[in-house]
Amino acid sequence: MKTMELSPVRAFILLVVAVGGLVLAVDGSGNGYYQTFTALTLINVMLAVSLTMTNGFTGMFSLGHPAFMTMGAYVALLFTYPVGRKGFAMPALPDIIAQVHLPLPLAALVGGVIAALAGWLIGRLMVHLQTHYLAVATLGLIIVVQTFALNLDGITRGGRGITGVPREATLSMIGICTVLVIILCWRIKHASLGRAMLAVRENEMAARCFGIDAFRLKLLAFVLGAGIAGFCGALLPHVVSVMSPKSFGLILAFNLIAIIVVGGQGSIVGAILAAVFISVGSESLRRVEETTGVYGVTQVIVAVALISFLLVRPKGLFGLKEPFIRTS
Amino acid sequence: MSDYLIQQIVNGLSLGSLYALVAIGFSLIYGVIRLVNFAHGDLMMIGAYMTFGLVASGVVPWVALPLLVVAGGFAAGGLIERVAFRSITGAPMITGFIVTLSASIAIQNLALIFLGSQPRNFNFPEVFRMRLSLGGADVALIDLVIPVVTLLCALALTTFIRKTRVGIAIRAVAENPFAAQLMGISIGRLVFLVFAVGGALAALAGLFWSGKYGQINPLMGFLPGLKAFLATIIGGVGSLPGAIVGGYILGFSEIAFVGFLPSEYSGYRDAFVFGLLILILLVRPQGLFGESEQERA
Amino acid sequence: MLRVEDLHVTRGHTKVLQGIDLTVQAGEIATLIGANGAGKTTTLMTLSGLLPVASGLLELDTGHGTIDIKRTKAVDLVRAGIVHCPEGRQIFGRLSIEENLYLGAYLSDDRTRVAKAISDLYEQFPILGERRAMKAGNLSGGEQMMLAIGRALVAEPKLLLLDEPSLGLAPQITEEIFAFLEELNREKDVTMLIVEQNAMLALELADRAFVMENGRIVLNGTGKELLDDPAVFEAYLGVG
Repeated sequence: MKTMELSPVRAFILLVVAVGGLVLAVDGSGNGYYQTFTALTLINVMLAVSLTMTNGFTGMFSLGHPAFMTMGAYVALLFTYPVGRKGFAMPALPDIIAQVHLPLPLAALVGGVIAALAGWLIGRLMVHLQTHYLAVATLGLIIVVQTFALNLDGITRGGRGITGVPREATLSMIGICTVLVIILCWRIKHASLGRAMLAVRENEMAARCFGIDAFRLKLLAFVLGAGIAGFCGALLPHVVSVMSPKSFGLILAFNLIAIIVVGGQGSIVGAILAAVFISVGSESLRRVEETTGVYGVTQVIVAVALISFLLVRPKGLFGLKEPFIRTS
Repeated sequence: MSDYLIQQIVNGLSLGSLYALVAIGFSLIYGVIRLVNFAHGDLMMIGAYMTFGLVASGVVPWVALPLLVVAGGFAAGGLIERVAFRSITGAPMITGFIVTLSASIAIQNLALIFLGSQPRNFNFPEVFRMRLSLGGADVALIDLVIPVVTLLCALALTTFIRKTRVGIAIRAVAENPFAAQLMGISIGRLVFLVFAVGGALAALAGLFWSGKYGQINPLMGFLPGLKAFLATIIGGVGSLPGAIVGGYILGFSEIAFVGFLPSEYSGYRDAFVFGLLILILLVRPQGLFGESEQERA
Repeated sequence: MLRVEDLHVTRGHTKVLQGIDLTVQAGEIATLIGANGAGKTTTLMTLSGLLPVASGLLELDTGHGTIDIKRTKAVDLVRAGIVHCPEGRQIFGRLSIEENLYLGAYLSDDRTRVAKAISDLYEQFPILGERRAMKAGNLSGGEQMMLAIGRALVAEPKLLLLDEPSLGLAPQITEEIFAFLEELNREKDVTMLIVEQNAMLALELADRAFVMENGRIVLNGTGKELLDDPAVFEAYLGVG
């Protein structure tokens, strides 16, 4: 069986066509459920691809994406929430911010930038940590961010969460962002920057002997990942209209890891395929959960499937390779 | 000494003991197989639910309760080793990590399915809910029983590790599994034992936790589990006395944070704890008693 | 006592041992010499059950019966009397000397015998006895070698496998160690298979010698024969 092999340019065109077609079809159908689901799936794709860069390229093991998502979400919400109601809903918000209203794309960008900044401050301290220490530290970060979000309720409304978020995240917006994120990560991977990162992943000490600044590269991957996560986090509440401190937590971190592991811890195409597959699978299972009233089955299945998968194919479906695309 | 202070000290001892019990298991397991067992905190939850089940059944005499729970924890710990860890020996650390995380998620969600997501309340009999006056302060009897039992367990375990054949073998495997094998030590069996003992202690912590707080839910093990891992790091991963000391340091810090800072900060309790974790990882990752790990290539 | 015929061992994708033949008679000292990477350590690891055998015959005759090493687990091989003293000594530095020795006899249930064996060892090596409570990591290289051998002896081995006992040791210490090994063989009749880089010392000590190159035995004979063999001299004994 000869597998199809496209040149990157053709693959890119195919990507744009596919995403564009999907967006037009779903938008046109007018079916709210599918619109929401497609939006969430595309955001998952963005998250997965960015995590592939943060974890897969440099070999770090960060569980921190949800923390940056939370940051990005709240920052963006500060600007997109209707000005009239901000005073009432977020009493502690300083006037300068309370008076400003930004449209979503801009607000999300601000969210992403703030998250990236936080990523830089935090990353400088953390990226040198060994695997399990980094994992636990980033888990701790999720909890720290959640705690702050819960307690700064003058701004975030704490545990009550923020409802009535304007649904400004259109499918076309998300579709465009998804394509851009994929291109960005692809270009990084196949440039010398990406090659250096992969060298760090393979053997950090050896890479350093070749003059590669491992710390700087890991930090860069971490910051970019944080920024994209923040951006995605900013988009999400504008799809589902609600946000709370616990929206992005361990379960999300775990599901993202599952996607990365299945797709191959470094394959962008693999991440995209896995993200779609797992999103669809989880959603179907979730509907089963709703009808049967048995909650928790999805996660058990994902967890068990992940363990089995790791036993059989520890490098994921594609490892570092990009299937179907000629990359030499 | 003011009675408020006495109360806080007792609280710190009590909470610290719970962390110490779970931290010991973490440390033992890490020492032997160099893996953080994410599912360890959930063993505490299993212990708590076992307690609940046994108490609710009304059949079991109070004296037998701790023994049964500990035995159950021993079995549960061993089962987790067989099912989740046996197959990944020798795999890279990241794989082991993901597997234990998955195991934890699976256990939590299985508990959600079979035990329901509603927290359960229950009360121990009068004798445990007794309160006494200690130097003028009003303390719960259970908060004094917990540290005593914990320290006894710690003593027993330390003696076991230092004086018995199996205990010395465990230390040997922790240092050099290859050489240990050459002595005829069966690594698989030791790993099983370590998981089982860790499980027994965590289940005991679950018993105590439910007695102390009176409320349990399927997700209760995750956060304390992580905090216990922090305690392990404070003390130095792989060091048994370190885990115990770390547990108490963490317990006291947490109580001090809530007890002595203005109440508007008490909601930040968890942020404080994990901020502490991050700080320690940055400044002294080998903790108080651990050896510094070699730089990995 | 030990019979190896046509042994093939593969590690990963590499065929490390390509059909080797070895015999060691009871009470003998045999040595396996050769350059780095020839497969000597692999041979020992296979003999102690740590590596799977691709094909070949591997048998130990204990005097009570024959053991098929291929089908026996590592733990049971130790029980049967094959004790492996690994390359680089690998004593447990964080444990005390006494605990190290204690572990040597891990499988033995006769604790009186073990206690006696340990105290006999302290007589033989007073330094170990003096420092028995000290952490083994604090010993010098030569003392660690003594400890490693002692740890192996406490198990009362029928066949003692030694992987490069001279590694990293000063020449004088090495000579002392080899003298001890010779005495051990003479007085206690301990059978040994010694893998060595220091060909000269090994050949002087051994009754029987095997030369390994690229996973094959290219030469065998008595220690004396190989010492006098010009080919061996050139390849292994020529320079320092």
